[in-house]
Amino acid sequence: MSVPSAWYLVLAAVLFGLGSTGLLLRRNVLVMFMCIELMLNAVNLTFVTFSRTLNDIGGQAAVFFVLVVAAAEVVVGLGIIVAIFRRRSGATADDVHILKG
Amino acid sequence: MSPALLAAATPTVHGHAAGWIVFLIGAGLILAGALGVIMLRNPVHCALFLVITLFGVALEFINELADFLAVVQIIVYAGAIVILFLFVIMFLGVDKKETVGKEPFRGQKPVAIALGLVSFILVMVLSQVGNWTTGAHGTSGPARHHGVENVQLLGQEIYTRYLLPFEMTSALLVIAIVAAVVLARRPHRSAGEMTKAEQEEVTSR
Repeated sequence: MSVPSAWYLVLAAVLFGLGSTGLLLRRNVLVMFMCIELMLNAVNLTFVTFSRTLNDIGGQAAVFFVLVVAAAEVVVGLGIIVAIFRRRSGATADDVHILKG
Repeated sequence: MSPALLAAATPTVHGHAAGWIVFLIGAGLILAGALGVIMLRNPVHCALFLVITLFGVALEFINELADFLAVVQIIVYAGAIVILFLFVIMFLGVDKKETVGKEPFRGQKPVAIALGLVSFILVMVLSQVGNWTTGAHGTSGPARHHGVENVQLLGQEIYTRYLLPFEMTSALLVIAIVAAVVLARRPHRSAGEMTKAEQEEVTSR
């Protein structure tokens, strides 16, 4: 075991913090989506780190499922964004503060 | 047996240093990419920096002997998801800078940065106070086994213990595809109805 797992966990925590900061900071819906991907990747890194530390393949199986769910989430989310943009040409999340057609 | 697995089986000073070098390179890529995603104004640049972060995460996966996940990370995330993002950005034509005009919330930036810091600190605190290991043996198989590939171990686990979740993800993907088709389809026009562009054309005559 070369690099201690604590380093990976701190790196994942930093990545999660950056992702959540971006989610709160940005107003472009697409970039907010990318920040969610950053947070998902931070969690994946934690899963793989514990999988290595505890020598248990279950963590890697969890990451596999997170990948599939992330792909499905992106497909539906981008579909919703396309539908919103078709109705109005706003590029920010504030433009949809009223849920009305 | 993969080279990474071999290096782990026979730990040397050489392999030790290589692990640290790969870790530091990956960490640099991850942080640079994440900062680019949250700070650049052009969505296309954000998507390209997202690729850098995903590549860094794949490097860390290789360093942690998760070879299969590293490859899938590149193929699925960098190859499919980011391409989907770029496709939507180009399709909608929003590849221009965010409007800097009036801010809907005064002081959104400092509050966002403070809350991001809070989330980071909370994760760190959680890692200190939680009892992560109970000493019980895992019910899944081992992540490393002498002479067995990572892909084989992961595949055996997914197709036996996690077979039901695996089947459910396939159902989830089908539902997602149908949902995307329904959402992205243009609504039916009733007879005689004109689109906005046609109306403008008529009125401009």
